[in-house]
Amino acid sequence: MNELVEIVGLTKAYDANHVAVNNISLTLPRGRIIGLLGPNGSGKTTLIKMLNGLLTPSRGDIRINGQLVGPLTKAHVAYLPDRTYLSGNQKIQDILDYFADFYSDFSVEKAKEMLSNLNIDTTSRMRTLSKGTKEKVQLILVMSRNADLYVLDEPIAGVDPAARDYILRTIINNYNPEATVIISTHLIGDIEQVLDEVIFMRYGQLVLYTSVDNIREQHGKSVDAYFREVFAC
Amino acid sequence: MAWDLDADRPIYAQLVERIQMQIISGYYPPGGRLPSVRELAATAAVNPNTMQKAFAELEKNGLIITQRTNGRTVTEDEELIKSVKAGLAKELIDTFFEKMKELGCTEKEAVELLKNASEAG
Repeated sequence: MNELVEIVGLTKAYDANHVAVNNISLTLPRGRIIGLLGPNGSGKTTLIKMLNGLLTPSRGDIRINGQLVGPLTKAHVAYLPDRTYLSGNQKIQDILDYFADFYSDFSVEKAKEMLSNLNIDTTSRMRTLSKGTKEKVQLILVMSRNADLYVLDEPIAGVDPAARDYILRTIINNYNPEATVIISTHLIGDIEQVLDEVIFMRYGQLVLYTSVDNIREQHGKSVDAYFREVFAC
Repeated sequence: MAWDLDADRPIYAQLVERIQMQIISGYYPPGGRLPSVRELAATAAVNPNTMQKAFAELEKNGLIITQRTNGRTVTEDEELIKSVKAGLAKELIDTFFEKMKELGCTEKEAVELLKNASEAG
């Protein structure tokens, strides 16, 4: 079975006037790196939280590997939230143990190797790290899982270009034809050559799901430029 | 070093051009081994599926040969490499004449200017 994620009629309404995700249907295959793009408030993070089982849909459903999102799918979905949930007091090595306890697909060796490549000392506490290093550590934690679906919410926001490069390279180096990576971001230009496909969202609706090269071929412009055109205010 | 790619053209087509150039220039010699899709995607900082698509295109035109046991190699057919080179050269020349025409030069004048420039070094 090649379909990894199947979303049908998905809606999330916080109340009658706040419909964050509005009747989205979408099927995502394995082995892709997909950009989730849209202006602020378009419903990206709400969609991501439903993929992770952190929010319950008002209507419709999501299946991952054919299973409805729930405790069983969480074991196969690696999630990098837009805000950290790690405590600043924790040492990196304690977090590694914590992840190893929590996720059976987490590889401590892989995480340690990636950390040592970056000369990050695992005895450091999170709060002593720079913003860029913190982002890298969190990405390493997520990518050291052998998951089916990786969901990265704004992984490159607010880090310097060198750190951004590292993050993108890490995503490419960990490419697995059996798994799919979803990356939500505003910084399209920096990442579009890493993506197979893009999902455009607006007002909670799906506007477009196509490949990066399709957009370039049809419109003769980058996804970034096309995005600005579609979403021009 | 990530490859410097144009933002407004399909990525896979640019990867094809780039690798083609590396084969013509002898960076990857005839019969020489090519890096894996994964390695080259990491070097170029592009999506591995896009790199795969570029390799498939180069296989289709015969410049790259996939061997079941030995990965991918450049063709040993030097005539084929030469003909691809000639094709690219022709394209460059056509573009040159087109641009010169836009400047208001006839083909003869363009050739004359080219000759002068070449002699001037």
